[in-house]
Amino acid sequence: MIDVQAPLLTVDHLTMRFGGLTAVDDVSFQAGATDITAVIGPNGAGKTTMFNCLTGFYKPTEGQLALSRNGATHYLERMEGHLIAAKAGVARTFQNIRLFANMSVLENLLVAQHNKLMKASGYSIAGLFGLPSYRRAEREGIELAKYWLDKVRLTERADWEAGNLPYGAQRRLEIARAMCTNPRLLCLDEPAAGLNPRETGELNELILSIRSDHEVGVLLIEHDMSVVMKISDHVIVLDYGRKIADGAPEAVRNDPAVIRAYLGEEEDDALPPDVAADLARDAAQPRDPGA
Amino acid sequence: MEYFLQQVINGLTLGAIYGLIAIGYTMVYGIIGMINFAHGDIFMIGAFISLMGFLLLGLLGVGWLPLTLLIVLIASMMLTAAYGWTVERLAYRPLRGSFRLAPLISAIGMSLFLQNYVQLLQGARAKPLPPVIEGGFELMRRPDGFTATISYLQILIILLTVVLMIAFTFLIQRTSLGRQQRSCEQDKTMAALIGVNVDRTISITFVMGAALAAVAGLVYLMRYGVIDFFEGFLVGIKAFTAAVLGGIGSLPGAMLGGLLIGMIEALWSGYFSVQYKDVAVFGVLVLVLIFRPSGLLGKPEIEKV
Amino acid sequence: MAAVQRPSMDDVLPRVGREAALAGLVTLALTATMVGLHTVPGAQSRLTLEFRFGDVLMAVVLVFFGRMALAFTREGFPAYGLGIGVLIVAGSLLYPGLPTVVEIMGVGAGAIVGINAVWRLARPMRPDRPPPKTSAQLMDDVAAWVQRQSVVIGVVGVAFAIALPFLFPDRSSIDLATLVMTYIMLGWGLNIVVGLAGLLDLGYVAFYAVGAYSYGLLAQYFDFSFWLCLPLAGLLAAFAGLILGFPVLRLRGDYFAIVTLGFGEIIRVVLQNWSSFTGGPDGIASIPRPSFFGIAEFTSAPEADGLPSFHTLFGLEFTPLHRLIFLYYLILILALVVNAVSLRIRRLPLGRSWEALREDDVACQSLGINRRNIKLAAFTISAMFGGFAGSFFATRQGFISPESFTFIESAIVLAIVVLGGMGSQTGVVLAAILIIGMPELFRELEEYRMLIFGAAMVIIMVWRPRGLLAHRVPTVTLHGGRRKGGPSPGQRPEQVPAE
Repeated sequence: MIDVQAPLLTVDHLTMRFGGLTAVDDVSFQAGATDITAVIGPNGAGKTTMFNCLTGFYKPTEGQLALSRNGATHYLERMEGHLIAAKAGVARTFQNIRLFANMSVLENLLVAQHNKLMKASGYSIAGLFGLPSYRRAEREGIELAKYWLDKVRLTERADWEAGNLPYGAQRRLEIARAMCTNPRLLCLDEPAAGLNPRETGELNELILSIRSDHEVGVLLIEHDMSVVMKISDHVIVLDYGRKIADGAPEAVRNDPAVIRAYLGEEEDDALPPDVAADLARDAAQPRDPGA
Repeated sequence: MEYFLQQVINGLTLGAIYGLIAIGYTMVYGIIGMINFAHGDIFMIGAFISLMGFLLLGLLGVGWLPLTLLIVLIASMMLTAAYGWTVERLAYRPLRGSFRLAPLISAIGMSLFLQNYVQLLQGARAKPLPPVIEGGFELMRRPDGFTATISYLQILIILLTVVLMIAFTFLIQRTSLGRQQRSCEQDKTMAALIGVNVDRTISITFVMGAALAAVAGLVYLMRYGVIDFFEGFLVGIKAFTAAVLGGIGSLPGAMLGGLLIGMIEALWSGYFSVQYKDVAVFGVLVLVLIFRPSGLLGKPEIEKV
Repeated sequence: MAAVQRPSMDDVLPRVGREAALAGLVTLALTATMVGLHTVPGAQSRLTLEFRFGDVLMAVVLVFFGRMALAFTREGFPAYGLGIGVLIVAGSLLYPGLPTVVEIMGVGAGAIVGINAVWRLARPMRPDRPPPKTSAQLMDDVAAWVQRQSVVIGVVGVAFAIALPFLFPDRSSIDLATLVMTYIMLGWGLNIVVGLAGLLDLGYVAFYAVGAYSYGLLAQYFDFSFWLCLPLAGLLAAFAGLILGFPVLRLRGDYFAIVTLGFGEIIRVVLQNWSSFTGGPDGIASIPRPSFFGIAEFTSAPEADGLPSFHTLFGLEFTPLHRLIFLYYLILILALVVNAVSLRIRRLPLGRSWEALREDDVACQSLGINRRNIKLAAFTISAMFGGFAGSFFATRQGFISPESFTFIESAIVLAIVVLGGMGSQTGVVLAAILIIGMPELFRELEEYRMLIFGAAMVIIMVWRPRGLLAHRVPTVTLHGGRRKGGPSPGQRPEQVPAE
């Protein structure tokens, strides 16, 4: 088992219902302070719904989501959507990339620093008159953006329209944009979807370096087992909205319940565990990365 | 009591008209998710074509009333449907998948165009039509002589609306066309993949909406005896309010919303003030959108992330 | 190099014929009643009909051949297309006794299909070459050029605007310039909400009305001067924007549009019917004219209300033009202030968040942006500018009534923003000159104005959905924009809208 000394995020009996459908059913888990926690499961297991509850797009039907930051505890289920990002420091990316497509790469990163810059611009009053305090803040904002541009190798293309970037670069930019909000918890929704093996390798390094250089925990939804197994410290498996496994990657990989969830009931004892795990990986790969 | 009854009857008639127009709004919204701002003007064109039909048949000496009505009804539905088809083809189809606000702006442009097209060709003055059907039943009489009546015309309007609603529900629920339409509402890409001609289905939706608006135009003209080029704007917004109140995307909702808006307008005019009746309807629109945007019979919408 | 497979005429002709016939048939269905029959008052105040089947025939013929020309060009026979286009133009000009309107339509339609054909003749489709630029891409180049030259255009434009009263020192020119400038200001004001924040406000005229009535009523009841009322009108309109905006801003795009339209109508109906307070349909008359900044009055008498008259103060000959020129400069300054503020805000976090909101509001929330607050800011600021313009309108006209604040007015301002190019300041100027100035110059076009507007809105949306001169430049660059690259927006592969 992994050691959750000081949990960053404590999810307690989270349930989300849409009419008669229970998308997330009584899920509880903890994510460690600077752990990379992966959430996996077959399609429709409720992973993205859980993310949407965490980031305030859905109000959970039941349950508690506690996030501790700088000694204070924020209860996400009670907070307004934008405050979850602004106060509790939860940033996210989206399964189908949501960049500001007609704005430049650099502008995307500046919009992410909105609250900080807005305050510095005296809610636009000081900015309107071009006071030096605001100009300094904007320079700092650009410096931070530059740092992240370097990190995701987009400095050259800083003035491009975000929508013109190739797919992989858009994924990286979305991560950089999330990091520009100075988050405590970074939620990545299928960051490797549609990437080729080389890009996937780079993504792994990016996520690992984010974790090691910044005080941030990562919560990751992923289908690509090569990402999950390589970088996560802790894996949670959902199936039909329920948590069916929770533990270190190795343990989860060999968990019969997990194998069953991916492969169905019949075959589970006919196969040796590592063959089954390999099959599970194949089954979990999105068939058409472009779709 | 007599007065109240009279207002209810008037409200029902008006509501039936709003309901017929509201169906056009709701179907188009259901299938392509836009407000067809020009739909009110399609209604106005339907009324104008009906007016011309009556005048033309009068000149030709067709005197038998049921025949006149039938010819005008069918001609108006068909020719107005041609307008509905053309509007979709020219102003909306090229914009599918375009910038979010583009179809709505295009619709506003189309609405302005149609209004001024009619104004230029037919003049700005209101066009009167003498009563086509007269007489009615006396329902109740107050001691002071006030009587609540329901005219033959009002009966005809309500009957016509009921018949059309039944036919229409059958069309949507039971026929392959209706199934195609509902499949496009759910998921256009998927519908196209399983062989539904999405463009054609959308065109047919506009044609049906326009035909119903033409019926509304015909009965509106007969009931109020006058039409002008600007009439479609206000009536259209009220019908849209009806569609929203009933729950946009829902056909029974459109009819229910139409009846409610008709009632509100009639009772408000009857008991409070005629001048502010439009404010009352707009007020309803604002309140519904703020407090229950999914309407009475609509499904709540979840923000897709 | 593969030879271009030229389609054979035998294949193409039936297709083209069918297409043209269908278009002609639809035109017949559309025009047979509305054009062919004219309802005119007859005996005993009953209507009767006149027949205009000649017009129907002309419309059908025009559409039939026009469509045929377009189809030929598209199918790879631009020479036929050009030929038919020339025939249409010639026919329209030479056929005796055509009404002017029909003639103009014929020549216009013929010219369009002809130019379309010439374009294809000049740049034939070749598999070994990239496809020729579409007209929309060419327009994008123009828009990009205008954007690059915006400083030059701005300086020249402002210089011209300042010199205008001296170049054309007559009453009608200055009146027209003032009118156009008022709409430029309204367009710039609305551009904040529509162009930057991407919220379709169909009730902008409400704030214009609030501004106008604020001044009218304050002057009538409390005798306030224009210079006191101008800021008050802006504040009141901003306040109105805040109150109206608060409940409606969480609505989705098209619902938002329709509710703002509803508010606009409610305000107008209230102004119309609250006779005891607003004067009802008669409006408010004899609204005081502005003084020269409270220093002098524009009167022919050397002194009025204890103030010297403008011409004695400056030792000039009296002419009524002084006040008109002053009003013109006043609206010019107001408009330029709006412009300066808009341009400045666009580069601030607030403006950037507006544009981000327009692009993707879900992503905005995920970045901790309070969507309601920034929408409210856009709505309020834009309302304030509408209020300023309204109080100027009141003092210039000296008379206001609900008639001036109908939905058509909102639609005109929206058309200016949309046609000019959402978010483009130069575009608003161009569109205001075209939409307001042109019909005034060509009086005979007046009755066709709204018709042309409506058609133009549709055509521009189909052609360039973000407007003629819409071209976005980043608010801040890392490499001075020099290394700006990637395919231009028109060439970007179609992105599947997220549903």
